[in-house]
Amino acid sequence: MNVGNEGFEEMILDHYRNPRNYGRIEHPTSAITEYNPVCGDALHFTVNIRNSRIEDIKFIGRGCSVSMAAASILTERVKGMEIHEVEQIREEVFLKSLGIYLGPVREKCALLSLNALKKIAGGKRDES
Amino acid sequence: MFDSEEVKKDFPLLSRRDVVYLDNAATTQKPKQVIEAVIDYYENHYSNVHRGIYTLSEEATDMYEKARENIARFVGLRDASSLVFVRNTTEALNLLSYSLGTRLESGDEILLTEMEHHSNIVPWQFLQSKGVRIRYAKLTESGLLDVDDLVSKINRRTKILSVSHVSNVLGSINPVKELCSYARDNGIVSIVDGAQAVPHMPVNVDEIGCDFYAFSGHKMLGPSGIGGLAGKPEALDELIPFMGGGEMIRTVTYESSTYADVPLKFEAGTPNVEGAVGLSAAVNYLRRLGMQNVKKHEMDLMQHILNLEDEMSIRNLRSYGPRDVTHRGGVYAFNIGNQPSFSVDDLSEDSTLARGAIHPHDIAAELNKRGIAVRSGHHCAMPLMGLLGLAATARASFYIYNGKSDVDLFMSALLEISRGL
Repeated sequence: MNVGNEGFEEMILDHYRNPRNYGRIEHPTSAITEYNPVCGDALHFTVNIRNSRIEDIKFIGRGCSVSMAAASILTERVKGMEIHEVEQIREEVFLKSLGIYLGPVREKCALLSLNALKKIAGGKRDES
Repeated sequence: MFDSEEVKKDFPLLSRRDVVYLDNAATTQKPKQVIEAVIDYYENHYSNVHRGIYTLSEEATDMYEKARENIARFVGLRDASSLVFVRNTTEALNLLSYSLGTRLESGDEILLTEMEHHSNIVPWQFLQSKGVRIRYAKLTESGLLDVDDLVSKINRRTKILSVSHVSNVLGSINPVKELCSYARDNGIVSIVDGAQAVPHMPVNVDEIGCDFYAFSGHKMLGPSGIGGLAGKPEALDELIPFMGGGEMIRTVTYESSTYADVPLKFEAGTPNVEGAVGLSAAVNYLRRLGMQNVKKHEMDLMQHILNLEDEMSIRNLRSYGPRDVTHRGGVYAFNIGNQPSFSVDDLSEDSTLARGAIHPHDIAAELNKRGIAVRSGHHCAMPLMGLLGLAATARASFYIYNGKSDVDLFMSALLEISRGL
């Protein structure tokens, strides 16, 4: 977090310290583990998708403040979304919504969770 | 002995007040002497080498070959033709894997150590497809190479021993002379990855007695894209070429070619002349400081940081590598709190990070706010990270322009950060 808006920085730290939707769903319809090869960070998502809609989502993971907070924020946002809506979330829009300047390397930390969810959404669509 | 504050004045970039540069194991800054040497070549002597029968080309060829002589002498080679210019250590090791690999058969073994950089692992793994087996010598508790374990892994199938001279994570200095003598006694080709050694201590390749020794220019004040593969003349002579093209041939017909002698046999295409000229200037700079002094300077900084570690007792700070600075280069890998690697099964649902832990990326970002540049991640040594039970570390690494004041600034910033986040 280099140049940051104080309020947004607080939001990131809050989600980092108290991640929302943290944990695992028993018997999820989808699960994925996504790794960041730059630093070995990892996020594991379990998701329940019914009628192409994300009914429930939880994650566990190990990572820096940015990757953990971004995952937490994303789970809140996508709960209840149609999976095609998840696929349409644009990287630059998601990054902008975090409100802090990250730089090219740490953007990867922030996008780890979005990449994981897009894979789940893509996989789900292929099945139906 | 030299004064790092005086040295710093030679480095234009370090006049930036917002930079305390502590990522020297990754790459180093350039003194004006190196920058000027490259500019002089571009402005006054630029042309292609080994080709033109005209003054400019002769000047460029002369500068290129004089650079080779100078750099060869710096690493203790008797004969300048024993130095092949390559892009970097990685390219040198890939060249060796390719050329030596053609001699290996299924069941042959390559012996590495557990502390190797990816560049001294991955090229050898390419050979696994032909049935070659890779073995790894273990480390001791303190992070030094377990020489007994290495020796116990030598057998009649062992064909290549390739070890780093200095670890880029732990800083551990390996007894390469001793190791190469074991290799010689057993008819094994010996290779030393000197990327973290040549910039930081006196290195004499002839004395080490290895068959091949690789190093990178950009980690020792030189430009990027230039490095060296030094070798015994007969060992280099026996290698098949790595890349084909201009410069590396003697004759070419539509059917076949014959090759130039070493070193040009391995230098296909127009070489990085400006890189060689710049690296030669870097070597002059280091020689003037004295490599023994460079080593002493870094040992003093390491001792200082380890002393501060004891005195300041920063909460949850842990560092990796040998505590005896006589066996350690100027590399300080550390974490605040535990950073275990991720496993879906063993992570409890109510804990994100271990209590009091700060992720290395967050440490690096916080240090960056204070102008301090350190590395965070796996440092291109993922197997070693796994061995240490870690996902990642932060790492500060020092060089000639870093003084105790930089270390003090770094450690007091760490103290602040450990209390914050």
